[in-house]
This record gives sequence, structure tokens and C-alpha cells, in this order.
Amino acid sequence: MATTVSEFRAQQASGAHAAHADPTGWRRYLLSTNHKDIGTLYILFAIVGGLVGGGMSFFMRLELQEPHIQVFTHLAQYLNGASPDMAVDAAKNLYNVFITAHGLIMIFFMVMPALIGGFGNWFVPIMIGAPDMAFPRMNNISFWLLPAALLLAVVSMLVEGAPGMLGFGGGWVLYPPLSSTIGHPGPAMDFLILSIHIAGASSILGAINFITTIFNMRAPGMTLHKMPLFVWSILVTAFLLVLTLPVLAGAITMLLTDRNFGTTFFDPAGGGDPLLFQHLFWFFGHPEVYIVILPGFGVISQIISTFSKKPIFGYLGMAYAMVAIGVVGFVVWAHHMYTVGLSLEAQRYFVFATMVIAVPTGVKIFSWIATMWGGSISFRAPMLWAIGFIFLFTVGGVTGVVLANAGADRLFHETYYVVAHFHYTLSLGATFAVFAGFYYWFPKMTGYLYNETIAKAHFWVTFISVNLTFFPQHFLGLAGMPRRYIDYPDAFTLWNRVSSSGTYLSAVGLVLFLYLIYDAFARKRLAGNNPWGPGATTLEWTLPSPPPFHTFETLPRFEAVEH
Amino acid sequence: MSSARPRGSDRRSNRSSTFLTCVAAVSTFAGSALADGFPQPGQIGFEEGVTSVANEAHFFHDWILLPIITVITLFVLGLLAYVMIKFNERSNPDASQVTHNTTLEVAWTVLPVMILVIIAIPSFRLLTHQVVVPPADVTLKATGKQWYWTYSYPPDEGGGFEFDSYMKPEESLAEGDIRLLSVDNEAVVPLGKTVRLLVTAADVIHSFTVPAFGIRIDAVPGRMNETWFKAERVGTYYGQCSKLCGKDHAYMPIAVKVVSPEDYAAWLAEAKKKFAAADLAPVRVADFDAHLVGQR
Repeated sequence: MATTVSEFRAQQASGAHAAHADPTGWRRYLLSTNHKDIGTLYILFAIVGGLVGGGMSFFMRLELQEPHIQVFTHLAQYLNGASPDMAVDAAKNLYNVFITAHGLIMIFFMVMPALIGGFGNWFVPIMIGAPDMAFPRMNNISFWLLPAALLLAVVSMLVEGAPGMLGFGGGWVLYPPLSSTIGHPGPAMDFLILSIHIAGASSILGAINFITTIFNMRAPGMTLHKMPLFVWSILVTAFLLVLTLPVLAGAITMLLTDRNFGTTFFDPAGGGDPLLFQHLFWFFGHPEVYIVILPGFGVISQIISTFSKKPIFGYLGMAYAMVAIGVVGFVVWAHHMYTVGLSLEAQRYFVFATMVIAVPTGVKIFSWIATMWGGSISFRAPMLWAIGFIFLFTVGGVTGVVLANAGADRLFHETYYVVAHFHYTLSLGATFAVFAGFYYWFPKMTGYLYNETIAKAHFWVTFISVNLTFFPQHFLGLAGMPRRYIDYPDAFTLWNRVSSSGTYLSAVGLVLFLYLIYDAFARKRLAGNNPWGPGATTLEWTLPSPPPFHTFETLPRFEAVEH
Repeated sequence: MSSARPRGSDRRSNRSSTFLTCVAAVSTFAGSALADGFPQPGQIGFEEGVTSVANEAHFFHDWILLPIITVITLFVLGLLAYVMIKFNERSNPDASQVTHNTTLEVAWTVLPVMILVIIAIPSFRLLTHQVVVPPADVTLKATGKQWYWTYSYPPDEGGGFEFDSYMKPEESLAEGDIRLLSVDNEAVVPLGKTVRLLVTAADVIHSFTVPAFGIRIDAVPGRMNETWFKAERVGTYYGQCSKLCGKDHAYMPIAVKVVSPEDYAAWLAEAKKKFAAADLAPVRVADFDAHLVGQR
């Protein structure tokens, strides 16, 4: 029953589809079992999450622009209803609540929904020639658990945490005893635990769905070694999710029983150990940073290949580099814990294992450049974001090599150097991949072309502003400024001012981005099947834009593609 | 008042007034670490180390890691610039379809491995120097609490007292004090002696950090962590709590005063009288050792 891609294209053009009635209105989204609609929901959710999480970082930088506390005293009175004489204490607490929420929201409610839920749902089935995800109803619940999780996180910010204070302010790492009843006796932490449980369940269900879809629903001829690298990246990510999130769930469940039912897993007074939590958390937490960046690698690979008009260089090396990063990512967790008092032998092992990761990461960077080498590169907006990604991720990667060395990490641990490092990989890496993917697939998802000039302006404003924000933070870290501080010695003022100015500029970029979306929908410039030309070889570009509600009712067949 | 600084602090204050000077300075700041035990305005490098471990760590970063990562980053930037100029649509309308080059692929796998080995040798040596505590002359115990530090001096080394060290609030800063860093009672240690530092916490996790000594060790409830330093210059060296510990995390600085052995003996005698009045449970080196043995 299979058809070739070209026959299939003709079929689509003649409109031979739509066996089912298409639901409309709110039922279309609330009850959706359609991977494209659910993908759209994820992307809208990620935009909301990004605006909330980004808004928080805006206020944090506003506070840190100058020493002393200026902004959060007002914010605490406005948001928490703190009385003026309590405003300073409430401000210190609220700042900690903001850094916690900023981290959790950006990871769980912005980057992951955008890259995995959004682009993954939209394009994994299409790229492998599947009509939909393997478990469409489970796909629905995967998404709709997320707003519930976000709601619980918001509720957590509005109830008591530390005595007399609102919200949980212990950082996204949730370390006990600060997160147990010693540090935060109020229910804020319990709400946050439930929120993370639900967000985790959402991700586990989504991951199971992706693994099943990719293993069982590839169109005839689409072998694993022919899958586009974006699909590979989602496959590896899904495995990381399935294997690590249960560990996090276990850790926060133990924390929940410590808090409420008298267990002492993490309480030395009852024979427990606070460091047990750190080990469990980072066994999840380190793979989590690859969960955030790997789909970005996939997106960047598609874009570099498309706009260089060349197949990806070293396809198998690229695919298995991601597998290697995923596997090694499981055995490096304690490099986040060099200062907790690990033995010399343990520190040596984690230094060694962590440095190994630099090798497959280097393979990816060089293979992207080799893909561009000899190509015929067109600098459309997605390509600008992708090239920006490669450079910024390299900067974040090499500072990662510095931090991998326990001896050097002792100088930098918990300073702004670490903040700079992980924002270069995540804020400038993963987020650049999100924007690259957004511009790359926007015409496909909506059917409309975005305005190229605004998109490029958005890129340049963002590229300059994020470097202005985060590069000086290396200096602050070298000079010894600790992170998670609402106030700092006056000597650190200069670079904090520069850093804050970058944040204000990036807000301009965000305005450009929102205007660009408005502009695209207002002008309705039709994109056609393939706005990117001959370099765009994956299956989504054979479909109309936007693709019909049901795709591939007759499966496409793939001719042999040599990698 | 809050910006009042001790001697020598203006030495570099206008060094980095513009971003450009700073970019230029990035390439030269290796080895230009700063003295005085507290950060300087616009500082972009390490505080000057006053222990052999700090100096070794600074050398490792400034002269091995930093040059390597700078070269790698510039190399990638150069390659990107080259392909963008050479292989854009206008200068190269026909894309090649080459997707393999075994030599190249082997090279960019093996070369990074070799670079990592070059990094690993000094890295492991430094790590050993940091973690293995040599025979100590003096023992000092620091206990992190929300939101101050308690320092204990063991009785079998002439101590037998402990005291709390709080940040000086802004309104009581004196001339020469530093806002957010100066404390009411500094820990005092002798010059040129190996100090074994025991660190724990009473409530939540804190972290004991003194950049000039190159030390950072977490204060974990239920654990006794240890590290060491041997300060080679008299002065007061500051650090700040480095593990988020709640509302006043930013307000529990660490200040360690290094004095000559004679001054230390005098201080010890005086402090014993001053703090004994507080009648706090004394701690002994023997107790610490028993605790550490139990932990291992």
C-alpha cells in the first residue's frame, strides 16, 4: 500500500484525505488527540512560560543592577502584600523565590515544552512518515498535565514557605534541609513537590509516546539509520527522560515523606543524609541538562543541513555522538557536588568522566562546521540563529571543561562563573535552538511567512544582548561573586551594571519577536510547501503548509538515502 | 560610608572603566590576580592567592585552562567566519555533497582527547594537593548557622572557646570596613602554619569559602568536612557563604585574620578570657578525630 514520496505529494495536492470530521472550537484543543494541535498547544504554553520566567529574570537583573536592595522591597509589598516594616525581609525571601521559579519555569515550562512537546510532537511523526503519535490520547494528557503543574507552582508562590514568608526560596535544586521542615515548614514546598511530580509524569508519558512512535511507526524504508537527526535527538532525549525522571520522583517523594510523615531519609538526626538527596537529584539533574540541549542539537542539525544545501556531515557520527552524550551523561552527576566533601578518589573519577563528554560534543561542533564547508549557505533567519548557537554553545562548552576539573571548580563553584557557563549552554544554547526551530518551522506550522527583516533584527538584538548579559558574569565569577545573592559588595557593581543593561536590551528583542508573530498572522504571506528550497529534504517540506489535519493516511515510501 | 575601603583599594579602580579596555584585559589578566583579600571594583581576575594551593589553582586556570579554551573558541570562531565568507550562496552557488572524511573525523576525535590528557595531569595534581590534608599545626572548626558562623578553637591547642561571627550591619560600619564583608568577630589564624579547617552546619547547608586561600567546602548538617590552608601573608581575608541557605544567605560573610604566631598566641590568651565567659561547650581535636573516624 505504500506510495513514493512524489506520488504521495500528488495525492496531498488533490486533497485526498480527511476521513474523520475535524473537531472545531475549544473541543479541538482541549480534547485533542492530534499531534499537530497538541504540538501547537505546547508551543503556546512555552511562549507563556518563557514570558513569565523571562519576566522574573528581568526583575532579578533590575535588582542586581546596583548594590543594596531597591526593587524587591517594592515588589514584595506589591506581590506578597508585605507590610513596609517587613519589606526588606520579604524582599530577600521573594528574591530567592524568583530565582527558584525562574529556573524551574525556564526548564520545565519553557525549553522542554518548546523543543520536545512542541517541535517533537509536530515533526517527529511527520519526519518518519507516521500519521500521528503512537498513543494520541496519552499525548493529550501529557500536555494537559503541564498547565496543572504550572498552576501548582504558582500556588506554591502564594502560600507560606519559610516561617512568615511566602513561597519556596531554596533554588531549583531543592536541597534539604533547606527544603525540609527545617528551612521551609510551610506548604509551599509541598505544592512545589506536587508540581514537579505532575510535570515529571507529563514528561514520562510524552517520552514513552515518542519512543513507541519512533520504534514502531516509521514508514516503510525509514530505517533507524535514515531518520533525520532531529528524530534521533528526540529518541535519545526520551530515553533520558524515562530513565531519570523516576529517580527525581523518588527523591522528592522521600522529601515529601520526610516533611509530612516523620521519615528521616535526609535528616541526620534520624540517621539520614542530606547528601543522599543531592546524589539522587543530580542523577536526574545532569541528564536533565542534556534533555534540554539534545533536541536543540537535532534542530540545529536540520537547519545547518537545509541552509547549506548539503546532507549533514558524518551522519552516523552525529547520531551516535548524541547517544554517547546521553549514556555518559548518566555517570557524571557528582561533578555538581565537588565541594560537598567527596573523597579524593570519587572526585578524580568524576573529573575524568566529565571530561570525556567534551569529545562527542566536539564531534558535533566540528561536524556542523564541516556540513557548512563546501556548502552554498543562505543566511536566512533560522540559519543565523543556528550559527549563533554553534558559537555560543562552544563558549559554554569550553567553560564546562574548566568546571569539569574539580581543582578549578573549587574556585568557581556557586559563583557567577557557573551562572555564565550554564546560561551560555542553556539561555544562549537551548533558547537559540528554540528560536532557530521556531523560525525554521513557523512557515510550515502556520502556512505564513514571517518577516525576514524583523527576524534578523530579533537575532542581532538577542545575540548582542545575551552576550552583554552573560559574558561579564565570567568576570564576576572569577572575582568571587557568589550566585543567588540579592545584594553584593560594592566592588562587583560595574559588571553587574553591564549585565543588567544586556537584559534590558534582550527585552527589546522579545518585543520584536512578539510583533513578528503578529505581523505574520496579520499579513498572511503564504509560505507554500517548501519556502527553503532544495536543501530542505525532510518529509515535512513535501506537505502543504500548514499540513492537513491528518497526514500520511497512505504511508510514504522512502527511496534509499545514503549517509 | 558603605564604600569606605582600606589601603590600596584604588590601585585598580579605574582599570576597567570601559568595555574595550576590559576585552583587551581578558587576554592579559592571567597572573594579574589582586591583593588584599577582598574584591576590587571592576575586577576581572582572581583575588591574589596567599596559599600555595590557591596559587597552584590560579596558575592552573590562568596559564593552562584559559589559554586552551581561548584558542579553541577562537579556532571555532575562525572556522565559522571562514565558511560563512567562503561558502555563502554568492561565492559558492553549487554546494558540494561531501559527507565523509575519515581522516578529519578521526582527527577531531583524537585531538580533543589529547588536549584533555594535557589538562588532566596538572588537574589531578592540584586536586590531590587540595583534598589531602597535611599534618596540621592548628585546628579550627567553623559551624554554619542561619545566618552566621561559629568558630571553635580546641582546648588541647590553647583554645577551648568558641564565638559567633556576624556580619556588621551597614549602620555600624567603621572606617576601613567593607559593606557585606566585615564581621564583628573574625576568625584568627597564625601566619605560616598549616591550619586544618573542620566545617559543619547546625541547620541547613552552608558553604565556607575564602577565595584568597583557594578553599571552598560545604557545611553539611550531620557531616564533618575538612580542608586546609597555610596562609603566607598577614592580612584579613574575606569570603561569602556559597550555598543558598535561606533569606539572609547574602549576609553571612566569612572573615579570617592572619596574624604572626606571636600575635596569635596573644590573641588566643585574650580570646580565651573574653569568650570563656559565654560558657560554651568546648571542643577538642580528639573529638573531631573521633567524629571523622566514625564517618569513614
